[in-house]
Amino acid sequence: FPQVRLHVKDYLYWLYYQYLLITCCYVLEPWEQSMFHTIFITVFAMVVYTAYVFIPIHIHLLFIVQLNQT
Amino acid sequence: MYMFSNQDFVPLYQDFENFYTRNLYMRIRDNWNRPICSVPGPQFDLMERVTDDFNWTFRFTGRTIKDVINMGSYNYLGFAETEANALKTVADVLQNYGTGVCSTRQEMGNLDKHVELENLVAQFLDVEAAMVFGMGFATNSMNIPSLVGKGCLILSDELNHTSLVLGARLSGATIRIFKHNNMQSLEKLLRDAVAYGQPRSRRAWKKILILVEGIYSMEGSIVRLPEIVALKKRYKAYLYLDEAHSIGAVGPTGRGVVEYFGMNPEDVDVLMGTFTKSFGAAGGYIAGKKELVDFLRTHSHSAIYATSMCPPVAEQIIRAMKCVMGLDGTTQGLQRVHQLGENTRYFRRRLHEMGFIVYGNDDSPVVPLLLYMPGKIGAFARHMLTKNIGVVVVGFPATPIAESRARFCVSAAHTREMLDTVLNALDELGDFLQLKYSRHSRSSRPEL
Repeated sequence: FPQVRLHVKDYLYWLYYQYLLITCCYVLEPWEQSMFHTIFITVFAMVVYTAYVFIPIHIHLLFIVQLNQT
Repeated sequence: MYMFSNQDFVPLYQDFENFYTRNLYMRIRDNWNRPICSVPGPQFDLMERVTDDFNWTFRFTGRTIKDVINMGSYNYLGFAETEANALKTVADVLQNYGTGVCSTRQEMGNLDKHVELENLVAQFLDVEAAMVFGMGFATNSMNIPSLVGKGCLILSDELNHTSLVLGARLSGATIRIFKHNNMQSLEKLLRDAVAYGQPRSRRAWKKILILVEGIYSMEGSIVRLPEIVALKKRYKAYLYLDEAHSIGAVGPTGRGVVEYFGMNPEDVDVLMGTFTKSFGAAGGYIAGKKELVDFLRTHSHSAIYATSMCPPVAEQIIRAMKCVMGLDGTTQGLQRVHQLGENTRYFRRRLHEMGFIVYGNDDSPVVPLLLYMPGKIGAFARHMLTKNIGVVVVGFPATPIAESRARFCVSAAHTREMLDTVLNALDELGDFLQLKYSRHSRSSRPEL
């Protein structure tokens, strides 16, 4: 359904535009934008990886501590 | 700009402002200083300008963008017009007097047109006497130093215009700042000043002058005049009211904030205003008691050294003021004032209904619409230009860095259709750029 595809692509482009406006990347030149995107995606990937590795272990330890106390 | 840094001029750029300028302002500066090639009426023509290297240099393509709706010019009563029979008297004066005055007011530059204009201004404002100067900024910055000096105290509002700040700093008086339109802050400063006197010697202050503006141009807020006059009378201070944006634009017959609040013009010691905004000309005036104006005629820097107002401009102000007062026999002036009031109220009501955050009093024709994000400044101005609407956007340093805004100036010359075009464009753009920040609940049927 080409109309639905266009709607989704337009919406994703609009979200990308909002990201550019809020982080003020809208005003940067193209090479500066690529640099900012690289750094931002790297930081975001590290945050996601850390959350994936550490949050289940912390919750598990939290339950153990609680059970030991009761 | 660095050479002025150790004199008493208001510094135009400081460290952070330099950083901001290089990194943000340069990238979006195609939205300012756009050259206009027609009269700045309700619609105007722009010269088309493109940049090849991200706004470091510009070049003109040679085309003009025609009939752009003008929401940025201070044309409140619509007197910036080119109709031939409206400007007939101005053309006659141009034929008789020429354009240049070639002298200062005190030497050979005192024309009968100036005397006629001053009498008319005094009659318009219902005061004893008035004096006109060639430039509005210079009226403030060159006359405050002749009214106050060392040993005097100036209490100035937080958001006063640069001309008032420059005049206050040049005078050498002590300056204290009170919070914007906040009467408790002003009263506390007045009490401390009267009780404790000058900082080290504890002597009484020679004069206390309160500097306020009628309408603040970045906020659209109107000064609380009755309360300030009550405070001034209680603590025996003097009041200097700068009506640059409010003269001709507020009040039932366009006489400014003094008439808007129904007060006596004798309560305000120094009434100052400019002719740039509502009268379609250039220049400023200071009005008040005859002794004050006579003192300024001899002691003001502007009167002694600056060239006086040129005659065609003086005639334009005379004809605009006579139109507003009704002395030319028609009710056109009063109609313009009423049309401005209607346009203002309609525009503000529709913006509020759409869900934008708008600052200022409901009666002020200056309408600042908040954009908040610095990234949205450029996007907003460029999109509005593609829709053929010219707006003024303001960022740092005129406003706090996270509170950038778009400032609309409603005019009596705007028709309902023009305002509707602008409002529809704002509606679309508000959804596209997510500018509708207001948390008030919107009615689902606003047309009822």
